Amino acid sequence: MSEVGKPHNLGASPRGAVGATPSHPRRGVTPKTAPVTRTSAQHKPVQKHKPLPQHKPTQRRAHSEGASEAKVQTNQKISSWLRHHRLMASDSFSRVVKAPFASLMTWAVLAIALALPASLYIFLNNAQLVTSNWDGTAQMSLFLKLEMSEKRSEQLADDLRQRSDIASVQYVSRAQALSEFKQFSGFGEALDYLDGNPLPSVLVVRPAAGKINQQEQLLQELQSLPEVDEAQLDLAWVKRLYYIMELAQRMVLALAVLLGIAVLLVVGNTIRLAIESRRDEIIIVKLVGGTNAFVRRPFLYTGIWYGLGGGLMAWGIINVSLIWLSGPVRALASVYSSSFELVGLGMADSLLLIISGTVLGWLGAWVAVGRHLGEIEPR
Amino acid sequence: MIRFDNVSKRYENGYEALGQLNLSIAEGEMCFLTGHSGAGKSTLLKLIMRMETASQGQVFIKGQNLSRMSNSQVPYLRRNIGVVFQNHQLLFDRSVFDNVALPLLIEGADPIDIGRRVRAALDKVGLLKKEKLNPITLSGGEQQRVGIARAVVNKPPLLLADEPTGNLDPQLSSEIMHLFEEFNEVGVTVVIASHDLSLIARMGHRVITLSDGHLVNDGSTL
Repeated sequence: MSEVGKPHNLGASPRGAVGATPSHPRRGVTPKTAPVTRTSAQHKPVQKHKPLPQHKPTQRRAHSEGASEAKVQTNQKISSWLRHHRLMASDSFSRVVKAPFASLMTWAVLAIALALPASLYIFLNNAQLVTSNWDGTAQMSLFLKLEMSEKRSEQLADDLRQRSDIASVQYVSRAQALSEFKQFSGFGEALDYLDGNPLPSVLVVRPAAGKINQQEQLLQELQSLPEVDEAQLDLAWVKRLYYIMELAQRMVLALAVLLGIAVLLVVGNTIRLAIESRRDEIIIVKLVGGTNAFVRRPFLYTGIWYGLGGGLMAWGIINVSLIWLSGPVRALASVYSSSFELVGLGMADSLLLIISGTVLGWLGAWVAVGRHLGEIEPR
Repeated sequence: MIRFDNVSKRYENGYEALGQLNLSIAEGEMCFLTGHSGAGKSTLLKLIMRMETASQGQVFIKGQNLSRMSNSQVPYLRRNIGVVFQNHQLLFDRSVFDNVALPLLIEGADPIDIGRRVRAALDKVGLLKKEKLNPITLSGGEQQRVGIARAVVNKPPLLLADEPTGNLDPQLSSEIMHLFEEFNEVGVTVVIASHDLSLIARMGHRVITLSDGHLVNDGSTL
């Protein structure tokens, strides 16, 4: 206790010097630090009426308190600020953990609220993956000019097969087209009355997988070929699917916003109760000069812990469900002779989920603290 | 240290707790504030703490006008004022040490420094051996001394006490009062609200008597 009289704030060297010099030149500068050093360290050997010298220096100390307060160095302030943050983080964490049942309930509610939109998002992602495979198989039908010979048509089909943006070309001759039409249209007999075959030969082109606008570009290119009478791309269903996806995405987003608000409210309510249960403490802290930030801090950390816990739990729920679903999905895919696998949360998505949980917890705490802390003032 | 300039305090329900009070307490002074209950003692202390603001007039603490002080400055004012309450206002969810350490924690003091200063304060009130106990296990007098240790641990230049001996027997009361005197001897301005007239008379300090919110006597005798 003797050397805690902290001239160490002044640097390393003065300590020895102060001990050696009888006049204590630095005393006047920092009277605050003086008394302890004097009474217990320097004056101990002398043993002069101990209580008396204690008085005067303390008197000076008391008076200079306000002034020296203002001189607290900035880095010292920052380090004490950081220290309080660490302290409050661990203190609020231990409070959360000390009430395991209540905390688990809160975490579970938050986890469900977070997992719902997240799992819908995963579902959409997977649906998009599946349909993007379909996009690649969108067909184009090239109706060739009637006067085209069979040989030239096949020649054209071969030419098109060379292109990199075309996956496959199937040639349907006029005769084939007619027999197919007879078979499927139900007008079979009526067609017999026609003089000749009215149907053109067709090239069924499967473009290589690509975006819708790339396919449309390819379509226009093919349309302009001299041999081609008309080129058709059945985009309608692709577009329909695209719009359904967009709609679903927006619905997931809206749901996420709603459930995000629910998270805010749940955390806000939990924090409100925490504030209420620590009312006395808040009053006392305010009485002895705690700033609003100081009072707020433990509650904000509590919100963060709730949010983080909820986010982690949501992540766990989602991953367990994915494992649970992966078997049936694989079985289903194998029926369609596809090797499709469920895609879960990637690294970025997982981080996003957990971070948004944490941020929502923090925000919810802010809402509660802003609303309720102002009401608690010492009276 | 403390100056009241024509201060009136009227509560929202119309009750006038203080009426045109003029008062000045010098730095390093020790004085008692007395009067019947409802005379305005607590209101006066609350105005000093800026738990209330004056309806009229001005309160100055160390030259600082409290009516012009913004709410965000209030915590820094309170850090320079130690307060002791009749009901101690201790926290029973933590040890004696942590109770006393609270003002230092708020100030952001260094942990080593906190330990040293808290023990010094507890030593001063004679409770050094009880630092690890929960204050709920302590007697009334001991709890009050913990409250005093907390009030002085950050060496505030001003110490306020609202009925600090209200629940204590005469022996303990005079011990507590002597503790306050010791702080005053080292330069702390001490203001004690009390209605223990016989004890006050024995102490022989300045006595400020209030009645219905007005100053009726101010002197070294009752």
